[in-house]
Amino acid sequence: MDTRKVVHMGMLIALAMVLSFIESQIPAFVAVPGIKLGLANIAIVFALYSLGFREALGVSLIRVVLSAILFGSVVSGLYSAAGAILSLLGMALLKKSGFFGTVGVSVSGAVLHNLGQIGIACFILKTQALVYYLPFLILSAVLSGVVIGIISAVLVERLGGEEYGRRAEK
Amino acid sequence: MDGKNRRATLVRDLILIAVLLCLGIGLLVVSRSHNRTGAYAVVMVQNQEIARYSLAVDGVYDINDGTNTIEIKDGRVRMTEAVCLNHLCIRQGWIRFENQSIVCLPNRLSVIVRGTDDSYDYVL
Repeated sequence: MDTRKVVHMGMLIALAMVLSFIESQIPAFVAVPGIKLGLANIAIVFALYSLGFREALGVSLIRVVLSAILFGSVVSGLYSAAGAILSLLGMALLKKSGFFGTVGVSVSGAVLHNLGQIGIACFILKTQALVYYLPFLILSAVLSGVVIGIISAVLVERLGGEEYGRRAEK
Repeated sequence: MDGKNRRATLVRDLILIAVLLCLGIGLLVVSRSHNRTGAYAVVMVQNQEIARYSLAVDGVYDINDGTNTIEIKDGRVRMTEAVCLNHLCIRQGWIRFENQSIVCLPNRLSVIVRGTDDSYDYVL
């Protein structure tokens, strides 16, 4: 991995951390655990479009570990990690299929993120009762996913997505 | 990407969003349609039932060695105190229907409303 790529990834990790911090300062506005904006997903989606799946996974996992240390706990880190991995896998597949644009990719990433979190929460708490929250989590993920997706789409378009990544490789 | 291609992608994105919205609303309708008023508030810690209170009896109870406090009133239950950072469990307010739950992730605790027949796990 060349230096430019490392720098590029480091920049996106820093960006994701800032976005995680901003998000951690926004008080929970709905009383359902797991509902949030997912601002950091902007950096992850951009990483996926400009660098590729492996690099985006790296950015995402390092972000999860760092924000668990800084703003959360081991348990919250575990929830985020499950959501982050599932979400990135889904986004990479949908992007690869070529059928969907940045918004579609981002929305399904948001939904999968919440599904991963609720899955691991059911596993840790050993209860199916959390399924009760599922509809709310899906609906909120669609809403926030559209917003985040539009922001990401604008970024990818303005900064040039893959082209930006290629410039980073040169 | 040319204009035509872009429009096709946008349409597919919109279809995907619509499908996910329908899924969410569908699940919501299904989960709402069989609401029955519960009879007990069951306190679970890591899948172990540690306490059970009748919703017919009003009262305030310290649970899980005092990490949480629940209040039962008029057949409903809510979390009133919790030793945790975000207090999401408290903000969830009252619950009264079977299989509704209040979850306190930091304390790995959940309060679930169960019916008289103790019909177990929730299947959508």
